[in-house]
Amino acid sequence: MSEIASPPAPDAAAVARTARRRRWRGLPLSARAAAAVVVFWVLVALLGPMFAPHPVGAIVADDVFEGFSLRSPLGSDYLGRDVLSRMLSGARYTVGLSLAAALLASTTGGALALTAAVSRRWVDELMSRLMDAFISIPSKVLALVMVAAFGSSIPLLLLIAAVTYTPGAFRIGRSIAVGLGQMDYVQVARARGEGRLHIACREILPNMVRPLLADFGLRFVFVVLLLSGLSFLGLGVQPPHADLGSLVRENTSGLGDGALAVVLPAVAIATLTISVNLLIDGLGGPRSRGKDRG
Amino acid sequence: MTTLQLILKRLGAAALTLLLVSMIVFTISSLLPGDAASETLGQSATPEAVAALRAQLGLNEPAPARYLHWLGSLFTGDPGRSMSSDLPVRTLIASRLPKSLFLAGLTALIATPIALALGVAAAMRKDSTLDRGLSLLTLSMVAAPEFLVATLGVLLFAVKLRWLPSITLIPEHPSALDLLRAYALPVATLAFGVIAQMARMTRAALIDQLQQPYAEMATLKGLSRPRVVLVHALPNAAGPVANAIALSLSYLLGGAIIVETIFNYPGIASLMVDAVTSRDMPLLQACAMIFCAAYLALVLIADVCAILSNPRLRQA
Repeated sequence: MSEIASPPAPDAAAVARTARRRRWRGLPLSARAAAAVVVFWVLVALLGPMFAPHPVGAIVADDVFEGFSLRSPLGSDYLGRDVLSRMLSGARYTVGLSLAAALLASTTGGALALTAAVSRRWVDELMSRLMDAFISIPSKVLALVMVAAFGSSIPLLLLIAAVTYTPGAFRIGRSIAVGLGQMDYVQVARARGEGRLHIACREILPNMVRPLLADFGLRFVFVVLLLSGLSFLGLGVQPPHADLGSLVRENTSGLGDGALAVVLPAVAIATLTISVNLLIDGLGGPRSRGKDRG
Repeated sequence: MTTLQLILKRLGAAALTLLLVSMIVFTISSLLPGDAASETLGQSATPEAVAALRAQLGLNEPAPARYLHWLGSLFTGDPGRSMSSDLPVRTLIASRLPKSLFLAGLTALIATPIALALGVAAAMRKDSTLDRGLSLLTLSMVAAPEFLVATLGVLLFAVKLRWLPSITLIPEHPSALDLLRAYALPVATLAFGVIAQMARMTRAALIDQLQQPYAEMATLKGLSRPRVVLVHALPNAAGPVANAIALSLSYLLGGAIIVETIFNYPGIASLMVDAVTSRDMPLLQACAMIFCAAYLALVLIADVCAILSNPRLRQA
């Protein structure tokens, strides 16, 4: 901070801008390209359907599994519908649902972690044990059991994905919060006689946000893979709605003809997940994107 | 505490976790909005028939009693009858489990040496172009969905080149070539993610060793980089690397669910997906528990490898 405040003080906003630019330039090329792809997909999810050349459900082509054409830039699907229009809408489902679920998982996991870190020993122990048990269930298995029990409407899928990845967020969050809880400034606050709520929200939470944001990016990748995997199995987003995974599934019959309709949505999902992964790595996020994918 | 005690303690913790897991699986799967009896009989069933089936399935008992009953049946190896096929769950699982184990075992056998080679190569030339390229590649492979890999594989090898079948069909008396053709695509798809994960973890484990003073000493002594890595660091990294292998193999569990379904492979993961589709709860519960047990076993093996290789942990 002292450099910013030093004498011929340029205005703070400009300094921040320069710092940000330097940080951006310091990123490896792969991370910058990945950032561009991520921004692209966010824009597609937000605005994409506005540019769809045809209605999502409309049959526009004379034949199924057509190739590139002026009318259907990415060809037609197994019913002769426009692949581009369906992908624009599918991307909105994939990105929107996954963002919401990952956000829910990260905030719930973070809040529970904060609670565990400032609670009595036995509360912490109990919560950690339970979460560890949840983590021991491979995520696809847990999600499949919940889908079988509750069904797979869109709100339920959101909840199922969030529940599946909350324990992972809890584990990361708890280790951060416990680490912070041992810092001198928190010990001082305790000695001052501050309550648990103050310690959790005013002392620990502000320093938890950044590491949890990197973890949030990983959760997003996991959720995209989980939800599109479920849809691919026919157990995720149900017709008439379709996310990118459902598009791959409904067009598998075109695989024998090498149809664009089955390859493109799968490639789209991969560009999204790979870019987020490369971006997080470039930003120096958590290195171990380990076992959670299971 | 001796090594044996420490391992026994881990074993106990794993068993306790498995018990908790069984509670979670049972709780979720018996929160069914409808109930199993009316589900099975359909809408036209008379109330009497539903009541009779409820009694037969033991649905009138309170949930804890049902849980204990179910847990007992898991232990005795006879977790009830499948609702959709009316066969004993154990029969279904017994016919599918060996096939899945074979697929997983074959994948592990092929993936491990490749991943180790990649991991060692990357660690040996840390921060070189090779290392950065591999890092980018494995990072991308980890995040690529299995069905993309499978789809592209089928498109290339089955549709364009016509070398391999697009689904796994094993003839009655397969020749070696039949088996090779049948297993090539499923194994390659499964191995894809496992190799990436394992190579990354191997590299990390080796580099961790290379930052120790003894490795620096060996370098300062004038030893070549390959010698430092292979002769000095690698033996010491055996534990962490074994740990990495076991943990990466857990990728097989999630991957199998997609891969077995795509290639129509008659294993336990595709059985579980079928159970979800038909809401066949007894079958699903049993399959889910097998997956959880397999996962915990891998983590336990990873833990034990770490304990055996680290003298400091032994005394802890």
